[in-house]
Amino acid sequence: MPGYVFLSVFALFSVFPLYFMLVSATNSTQDVLASRLTPGGHLIDNMMALMKQQDIGAAMTSSALIAVGTTVLALIVCAVAGYGFEVYHSRGKDVVMAILMLAMMIPFAAIMIPLFRMFAQLGMVNSLFAVIIPSISTPLLILLFRQASRSFPYEIIEAARIDGLKELSIFARIYVPTMKSTFAAAAVITFMASWNNFLWPRVILLDNAVQTMPMLIANLTAGYVTDYGVLMLAVLLTSLPTIFVFLILQRAFAQGITGAIK
Amino acid sequence: MATQAIVTSGGTGRRRRSSPPPDFSPRGGAWLNSGRRRNLTGWGFLLPAALLITLLSFVPMIQAFILSLQTGRGSRLNWADPFWMNFERLLHDEIFKLTMFNTVFYLVIQVPIMLILAMILANLLNDPRLKHKAIWRTMIFLPCAVSLVSYSLVFRTMFATDGLVNDLLMGLGFMHDPLNWLGEPWTARFVIIIGLLWRWTGYNMIFFLAALQNVDHSTLEAARIDGAGSFKTFWYVTVPQLRPMIVLTAIMSINGTLQLFDESWSLTKGGPSYQSMSMSHYLYELSFLKNPNVGYGAAISYVILIMVAVLALIQMKVGDKRD
Repeated sequence: MPGYVFLSVFALFSVFPLYFMLVSATNSTQDVLASRLTPGGHLIDNMMALMKQQDIGAAMTSSALIAVGTTVLALIVCAVAGYGFEVYHSRGKDVVMAILMLAMMIPFAAIMIPLFRMFAQLGMVNSLFAVIIPSISTPLLILLFRQASRSFPYEIIEAARIDGLKELSIFARIYVPTMKSTFAAAAVITFMASWNNFLWPRVILLDNAVQTMPMLIANLTAGYVTDYGVLMLAVLLTSLPTIFVFLILQRAFAQGITGAIK
Repeated sequence: MATQAIVTSGGTGRRRRSSPPPDFSPRGGAWLNSGRRRNLTGWGFLLPAALLITLLSFVPMIQAFILSLQTGRGSRLNWADPFWMNFERLLHDEIFKLTMFNTVFYLVIQVPIMLILAMILANLLNDPRLKHKAIWRTMIFLPCAVSLVSYSLVFRTMFATDGLVNDLLMGLGFMHDPLNWLGEPWTARFVIIIGLLWRWTGYNMIFFLAALQNVDHSTLEAARIDGAGSFKTFWYVTVPQLRPMIVLTAIMSINGTLQLFDESWSLTKGGPSYQSMSMSHYLYELSFLKNPNVGYGAAISYVILIMVAVLALIQMKVGDKRD
């Protein structure tokens, strides 16, 4: 039974701040500071105040465009690469893979400034594409697809070749439908990372009109007095899409990770 | 690197359920036979990804090194004289040393506690007798669904001087006066560590859960027959078999904590006055706020890079030793 106790304590610890956030979004700032833990009636008031202070719609749109764009492009580029590394395996490709994996070690801080100057010179400051492009190809995702491709039966590919299918068709028509759980896992990872990303958008998006949700909520504490009810509501709005995506896809996500690690 | 070991080893790293694809390494034969053509197609498959990584990670890394040897305000840069000037300045920069201390402190305290917690939780969740597994797993993993900025702001609200945590502690009788969590250096650092533990334990737990699927049940049976209690079984039988995953999660966690930014920015704002600021936060301040000195900022970024690389190498050596 001590196992149950430990699990319950930690599970409660994990969920409590989120419950606090949810409840506080419906309370006034005084109630939040008074540590009220029950829902209140200030949701509409907080929403009105928030919309007056910031353009929620624009920020949500920015975040959504970036997250969806990044996810779609990353899935295509990295799945194809992972498939290529595994199915067309050669010593040369192993070397390239090892080199690309080194990129995982590079801290973002190390390339932040040169990346900014690169995109600034291309005139892409404030461009949503500038946010998307660095996140499309990640070693982690390529590795995930490569590992997962190991359990894909090669005989099927050979049979398809005998049937006259071109290589790309084999990938699109046979590989993709079979590897759904891997794609789901990759989609969850990428969508969440992209939606939640703060530093790079902060660096490259200088115009408030295109700011993302994380940037918006970070700005809410800039003033002298913080309205905590409004703040928690903004945080809630920022968190809903990722919580939603996670809850829907979590089973597929866990399957995908397990399948890749085996 | 752990992942490199998985990738290039033909031995224990690979578990196949079907026959492996043929090796496309160049052999003799006609110039463009079907094997070669396929090999080229294979290269085509990975070209976009490889190009992007090269252009957006490796090239900037080299550019950053060149930048670190330059100095000047804004975009008017000249070669530093002597060329190591930025790095020498770092040695005397008290604020930088403080941020380095903070970052390493977070690392040394948070990562071990988190990994041990994650292993224990994964082990508990892996018990076949446990009911409602999915509910526990979802609850513990839920923190990972919120952005770092989001949870930083929630924690900032909870740990405010007139906030929830103080009210709770005073209400339960643990103290009389409210603590100024974010206004004192050590409590501010403590709050960041609590935040990191909250946010990342579930994430690492999932990795350990996956690794536990590969633990040999016969070893656990043998331990049970020998009369070992659950703790002894866990520590002496399960944990050693989790070694590769421990190395992987440790490398990822150390890598992540060394680059800490969002919590320093949103939870404590680096306060009070730089006492809880991380290296990346300081780097950002130097490069994009106040009087931007990107050369100096680049030098700091290289120090972070070297720390990440050195620590990763040490861990891989330690991780591969007793095998």
